[in-house]
Amino acid sequence: MDKKFTMHLDVDAFLPATDEEKAYMVQMRPSSTFFKDGIKRLLKNKVATVSLIIIVIITLSSLIIPTVWPYEFDDMLGVRPGEPVDASFNNLSPFEYGKTELARIEAGEKVFPHIFGTDSSGRDYFIRVVKGTRISLAVGFFASIIVLIIGMTIGSIAGYFGGKVDLIIMRIVDIIYSLPDMLMVILLASVLKQTLAPALEGTALASIGTNIISLFIVFGLLYWVSMSRLIRGQILSLREQEYVLASQAAGAKGSWIIRKHLLPNCISVVIISTALQIPNAIFTESFLSFLGLGVNAPMPSLGSLASDALNGLSSYPYRMVIPALVISLIVLSLNLFGDGLRDAFDPKLRT
Amino acid sequence: MNSKTMYYILKRIGLAILTVWVVITVTFFVMHAVPGGPFMSEKAISASAQAALEAKYGLDKPLLEQYGTYLKDVVTKFDFGPSLKQRGQMVIDIIGDGMKTSAKLGVIAAAIAGVVGIVLGAWAALRRNKLIDKIIMVVTTAFVSMPSFIMGSLLLVLFSVVWMILPANGADSGGLILPIITLSLYPMAYITRLTRSSMLDVLGQDYIRTAKAKGVSGGKIIFGHALKNSLIPVITYFGPMLAYIVTGSLVVEQIFAVPGIGRAFVRSIINRDYPMVMGTTIVLAVLIVVMNLISDILYKVVDPRINFE
Repeated sequence: MDKKFTMHLDVDAFLPATDEEKAYMVQMRPSSTFFKDGIKRLLKNKVATVSLIIIVIITLSSLIIPTVWPYEFDDMLGVRPGEPVDASFNNLSPFEYGKTELARIEAGEKVFPHIFGTDSSGRDYFIRVVKGTRISLAVGFFASIIVLIIGMTIGSIAGYFGGKVDLIIMRIVDIIYSLPDMLMVILLASVLKQTLAPALEGTALASIGTNIISLFIVFGLLYWVSMSRLIRGQILSLREQEYVLASQAAGAKGSWIIRKHLLPNCISVVIISTALQIPNAIFTESFLSFLGLGVNAPMPSLGSLASDALNGLSSYPYRMVIPALVISLIVLSLNLFGDGLRDAFDPKLRT
Repeated sequence: MNSKTMYYILKRIGLAILTVWVVITVTFFVMHAVPGGPFMSEKAISASAQAALEAKYGLDKPLLEQYGTYLKDVVTKFDFGPSLKQRGQMVIDIIGDGMKTSAKLGVIAAAIAGVVGIVLGAWAALRRNKLIDKIIMVVTTAFVSMPSFIMGSLLLVLFSVVWMILPANGADSGGLILPIITLSLYPMAYITRLTRSSMLDVLGQDYIRTAKAKGVSGGKIIFGHALKNSLIPVITYFGPMLAYIVTGSLVVEQIFAVPGIGRAFVRSIINRDYPMVMGTTIVLAVLIVVMNLISDILYKVVDPRINFE
């Protein structure tokens, strides 16, 4: 046992590090998370940043302007209780005033201008466009959330359990996917509009309008399929990972693994496709509104404003152009932002 | 064509048939779920008249029996029954009438979209990052973000109201110019982008470099090698393009007052002419499903490398 240890080892290398050495090893930069990284990449993308700013501006102004604007979206300015209807308020051109307003200006009062004039019922058109923007945005947003929830649930179940469950769900998805969606949307919207009206009478939902509710139902029924396909594909590859096996070995249940391991890992895909779903939903809503299957009057949406403008197109083309520009701007910037989001968070998906 | 391709084609045909059946079934039951039936909107009529009407249209029978008859008539005779609002006319005849105009509109629009889209896309790809490429990309981005009804309305405002160079009424043949342009712009923009990206992809391939190295002339490379191969993804778009044109024609025909199937469909929804709504939905759905089927199969046949699932 007195044999000497003869290997030429530098014993110093096995000494505990000094504070100086430790400081040398410390990372100079704070570690960056997945989200910080993605956002950094996103902000570098000028197109996406500008789009985001436009979306934020439009959203905020559609929320704030109605609270400070002196006119209401459903207020027919020519109709005052106890007075004969004043038709001079109908179809005002931009920055024109109705009779009573002119009288008030004569008297030295200040009257807030009708920036976009008024519509055929004498309602301030500017505030109707703002309100319509708000409704279109809200419909797009909530419809996407519905699609997200349903698609995520069904997709993750199919992906995680596989086998028969997967097979059945995916056949259903295949069929719904090959259905001509717009036709089905029109069909369901036209029927639900009548079926829902009596059922909703008197409830809180009635104020939202049957058409919007049926729009949500239609989205919930039809549009979840691509989202669930996407998530299923992600989960199929993720569930083969070792940490899922480890979790299973430790006795975790299916729902726990889906929620804690699988879904967080496909979150970037989910965010991207939800962002791209919003303009899609706005598109569909405006399309349905244009066909008269959208929001209930007097509630405006950008589609119904454009549709109403069709009647007086030759005299008041700007009434068509304004909502048209707003829709295009929203859809365009949401699409560009979604593309930017995709490039930033999941470069693999780039097409 | 190997057995795997055959199997894929058979599977796709099976799925298409299943889809058509689902469309018919959903349409039927959805339409019959409306409370009060199709005669509810009519003016107050006596109970006996109501019963007579229902008996005439077979609405007094049990729902499943009605469904069986309907399915049989549709599949074997293309018979969608009589229209409720346009008395004395069969739904299939109204659809046939509207189809003549709409098909003309759709086919011309699709052809324009295909030709112009491919040319612009190839041009943009060959002049990558030059000014013309950027212009084409900006314009097509704007076009794909514009809903068809907005495109149609703006064209109507510009050409018929402001400049007054094209007729706004689609009833006569000159009036079809604007609807055709409206319908073709979105698919054209889409095909341009598709062709451009796929062309760029192909131009980077080894066989293009090989051809260049062998001294093949520029034109031959572009038309013989690059363009031919980059059109494969474009084939897949033909199904969706038809779906777009069909739904687009719903609003476009409305805007320009074209007497086509789209306008008949929208009018029948507003009038609650249920047999008409059902019939049109089914006919258009079959059209879309078949087109999707054809473009899927074509894709597979043209490029056997593609492996599905």
